[in-house]
Amino acid sequence: METPKVTTERIREYLKQGKRFDGRKLDEFRNLTIETEVSDKAEGSARVKLGDTEVLVGVKMDLAAPYPDSPDKGNLMVTAELLPMSSSRFESGPPSIESIELARILDRMVRESKFIELEKLCIKEGEKVWNIFIDIYSMNADGNLLDAAGIGVIAALKTARIPKYDEKEEKVVYGEWTKDKIPVKKDTPLSITFHKIGEQIIVDPTQEEEDASETRVTIGSCNGVISSMQKGDHFALSVEEMDGIIDLSEKAWKTLHAKLEKALK
Amino acid sequence: MTFKRPDGRKNDEMREIKAKVGVIKNADGSAMFSFGDTVAIAAVYGPKKMHPQHLVNLEKGTLRYNYNMLSFSVSERIRPGPSRRSQEISKISQWALEPVVMVDKFQGEVIDVHVNIIQANASTRCAGINAAALALAHAGVPMKDIVSSVSIGKLDKQLVVDLSKAEEDWEEGEGATDIPITMTSDGKITHMQLDGQIKGKQLKETIKMARKACKEIYEIQKKALKNSLEEEK
Repeated sequence: METPKVTTERIREYLKQGKRFDGRKLDEFRNLTIETEVSDKAEGSARVKLGDTEVLVGVKMDLAAPYPDSPDKGNLMVTAELLPMSSSRFESGPPSIESIELARILDRMVRESKFIELEKLCIKEGEKVWNIFIDIYSMNADGNLLDAAGIGVIAALKTARIPKYDEKEEKVVYGEWTKDKIPVKKDTPLSITFHKIGEQIIVDPTQEEEDASETRVTIGSCNGVISSMQKGDHFALSVEEMDGIIDLSEKAWKTLHAKLEKALK
Repeated sequence: MTFKRPDGRKNDEMREIKAKVGVIKNADGSAMFSFGDTVAIAAVYGPKKMHPQHLVNLEKGTLRYNYNMLSFSVSERIRPGPSRRSQEISKISQWALEPVVMVDKFQGEVIDVHVNIIQANASTRCAGINAAALALAHAGVPMKDIVSSVSIGKLDKQLVVDLSKAEEDWEEGEGATDIPITMTSDGKITHMQLDGQIKGKQLKETIKMARKACKEIYEIQKKALKNSLEEEK
């Protein structure tokens, strides 16, 4: 369902006074819950709820030839599907640009932060390495699928186990796992999206707020180091606004990181 | 050890820029823009009727952007046709241009911007956007301004402007961080991306560097448009 214009206008009016419909502060995220190991077939998986937005993320592994430019590293592939089930806005068919952009932003969050130690996932240089597939599905879309999916990717990776590998047959023994986890760094990158509505910058919009957003900037960072970034949507930002968002990103990471740690306990 | 760029450029020096308007006769507007070996050609068709019918937007015009790399534009052949990468760049580039295109002047119609990279040595999306801005202006599409695009790089700890492929693959120290930025002539940011590792403070410096480079590019774009008018006289 599309957000009526009158609601969009009301959201803008409220934000002028620094207020949001659900009473949150501008830099406040909705309630976060994370369930891991939600699929017994996947190497790692997570269900993330951020307010009413829900995503499922699964990690699967298999063996493949490495990419020519990284012969001694595992491969990483992130895809996303915005299921028609999760919103009347999504339709079945070939991947939409929204799903492609979402997956590619999160691919870069993982890759550029070097969160996965891909060099430890090489079996035989130039010939055989582990493939890591991260697949994201929207279950219920109520704004900010991007950040919710990013949290799901991290949670699924942190809990993923490497399947058994039969050296003689050169095959993966699916359904049996080694004790080894996917090697990931201790420091956790997170992807956080800032939306500009009127003169205000907010995080974690609901669907209605997202519809009122003029433009967005997604920043993937970890402990003050920014490793990926993308400005999306139609409107321009002034240099001061962009500087402001960069300043906000460090604190927002700390806030969301604390929420993530708490939810994973 | 003092820092040196592989091709000997100064840190704030772009590669040689060439810009030419009117390179595809059939198109309503067209342009070539190059940063050194990176060559982009843009052609604009429209405003014209939108097909298929269900995509028609009666409130405002539609700007469609199609970024494509020719299969032989890079050393290892790329499979022809759209890829996930090219689809994302198309979307990002469309957003980079939309703030300056007056879409309310061609309600219900569409403008197609086709960008082809015929030779690639990094910064292809920036060259594409620069060519597209010129082609749109050349087509007489109503615009408030034009945009200019440049990539800023962080090689180890050093900031440089207009990354080449050799620089994009920089491995020493902290490696390479690639930050393509697009700005209007009055300095508004319409596109920004980042891959790599950088702190907030230094990232703000990259925006300043981009502002300076974009001003230079803007002057070259303006000159190319003027030249095309003179040739038509």
